[in-house]
Amino acid sequence: MTVRFKGKSPSRRAFLKGTLASTAGAIAGAGAASAATPDPLITEKQSWAMGLGDGVDATPYGLPIKYESDVIRRNVEWLTADTISSINFTPIHALDGTITPQGCAFERHHSGAIELRKEDYRLMINGMVDQELVFTYEDLERFPRENRTFFLECAANTGMEWAGAQLNGAQFTHGMIHNMEYTGVSLRTLLEEAGLNAAGDLKDKWVYVEGADASSNGRSIPMEKALDDCMIAFKANGEALRKEHGYPARLVVPGWEGNMWVKWIRRIEVMDGPVESREETSKYTDTLANGTSRKWTWVMDAKSVVTSPSPQSPIKHGHGPLVITGLAWSGRGAISRVDVSKDGGKTWETARLANPGQPMALTRFYLDTEWNGEEMFLQARAMDETGYVQPTKHQLREVRGENSIYHNNCVQTWWVKSNGEAENVEVS
Amino acid sequence: PAYAGKLGLGRAALPEEVAAWNHDISPDGTGLPVGSGSVEDGEMIFSDNCAICHGEFAEGVDNWPKLAGGMDTLNHKDPLKTVGSYWPYLSTTYDYVRRSMPFGAAQSMSDDDVYAIVAYILYSNDLVDDDFVLSNENFLDVEMPNADGFIVDDRETSEKAFWAEPCMENCKDEVKITMRAAVLDVTPDEAGGEATEG
Repeated sequence: MTVRFKGKSPSRRAFLKGTLASTAGAIAGAGAASAATPDPLITEKQSWAMGLGDGVDATPYGLPIKYESDVIRRNVEWLTADTISSINFTPIHALDGTITPQGCAFERHHSGAIELRKEDYRLMINGMVDQELVFTYEDLERFPRENRTFFLECAANTGMEWAGAQLNGAQFTHGMIHNMEYTGVSLRTLLEEAGLNAAGDLKDKWVYVEGADASSNGRSIPMEKALDDCMIAFKANGEALRKEHGYPARLVVPGWEGNMWVKWIRRIEVMDGPVESREETSKYTDTLANGTSRKWTWVMDAKSVVTSPSPQSPIKHGHGPLVITGLAWSGRGAISRVDVSKDGGKTWETARLANPGQPMALTRFYLDTEWNGEEMFLQARAMDETGYVQPTKHQLREVRGENSIYHNNCVQTWWVKSNGEAENVEVS
Repeated sequence: PAYAGKLGLGRAALPEEVAAWNHDISPDGTGLPVGSGSVEDGEMIFSDNCAICHGEFAEGVDNWPKLAGGMDTLNHKDPLKTVGSYWPYLSTTYDYVRRSMPFGAAQSMSDDDVYAIVAYILYSNDLVDDDFVLSNENFLDVEMPNADGFIVDDRETSEKAFWAEPCMENCKDEVKITMRAAVLDVTPDEAGGEATEG
């Protein structure tokens, strides 16, 4: 879909729509506790309680109900020159739990989402191996499989926010991310099938991986990582990869920047050095204030964001109990703790993790609280099992300046106003 | 098939197959094909195949990438990062152009054409003269201005302070809004096409 960006901010629109909805909701909701008049949704027979719904043959493969039509990927036109080498955003403000539905999981392509049939798929392993090999898709399915859940975060997630508060919504500021359960073959298994004796000492060896698309997206990965936990995945969240996520096979590089998760992967070359390809020199290098740039910034550091309330998910239910929720993740391991502040970082409360943090996967947190219309400056701050604490944007800028583009894992602030609307702000 | 590995899956890759896909070029020149191309030829090829997006002088059109200019701007507020001002290795330019350009018609140019285009990009960046001819022989002689501009990820030392027990109470005296996204107003409308509200 195309989204125009003129007009009112999403928060405003969502808020206004929400106000209308919540007026009726408030009456019905209040009625449950102290109804002055009976609720017709209860006292009158409703059509769905009398007639029939759809048959089981109506929807061989279903989409969400139409009332959820706002839970979609969104594009920001001005970010890139065209929509082919571009990005869209996962609607994290509207999701819960940790698994991202594939149909609205963000996309990032450099030459578009290609269509590659399993029959046409080939995977080559070449270079410093005992036997250079070619696999078909069918071959891949005959290797021992593993199932593992990881986040994939684009290196540029939150990148537009380096110089200030710019995009108004968690989807836009933090939505270059998804989290899926992958099924596939470990990269180690495939490399060992080709044999690594020819590579000699593996300590200083690299693999170069590239996709079947025109951009190729070639990246160099040190052998240590390749043999540790990388996977060639062909299923995600139980089904085949979506076309736009690399069908029929992609690389999974746990904890590392999304650019390295090469889609439509067609070749793995064992080498004695990095290629220093375009995607690891011109792009995905991080320029510091003094003009020098970091390269090979592979790991995505600990990060979190409050997904609700947030600009696209304002408080619509009035005063009283409020669920503050969000996501936390770290490429360095499992999330161990998430703290939430309602006053812009003066004081912090430790939130509840829905489930214990899993290494390099999204973790859901909740803070069950009470809200009575007071202004809030909502922040979340993640900690991971290495003891790393998510920094403020000020702390990051002190080390890096404002031109890094990538790896912005700063603490995000939402200004929640007394009417329940929320806005992306920076605070002192 | 020649079974090589433990499970005996896959088959041996033929030399022609490896040659067809193995196109990466390393900074030391490994992988460079034999060939050459001049700035003069490159100017014409660039004009026909590249200039519509990247400009006649590689200066970029609209939002499309600028390939030339921006020398000594890397420590500025808005650095201009181009092949000349930023890219550390010339091998990357050859590799990327041959593999992935022109956008929409990748892998359509001959090795000599790519040498010529790379020569022209160097010329556009004032790094060679207009009579320069680039070849696999002199490729490594070209000095890239920002070759020494990169350091390996040093976060574990330069950002060591982030590994510390955080403050929980009385962490600051006051909280003031310093920037607001709504003031910029560049966020896409959520309506997704329907223009409802006035």
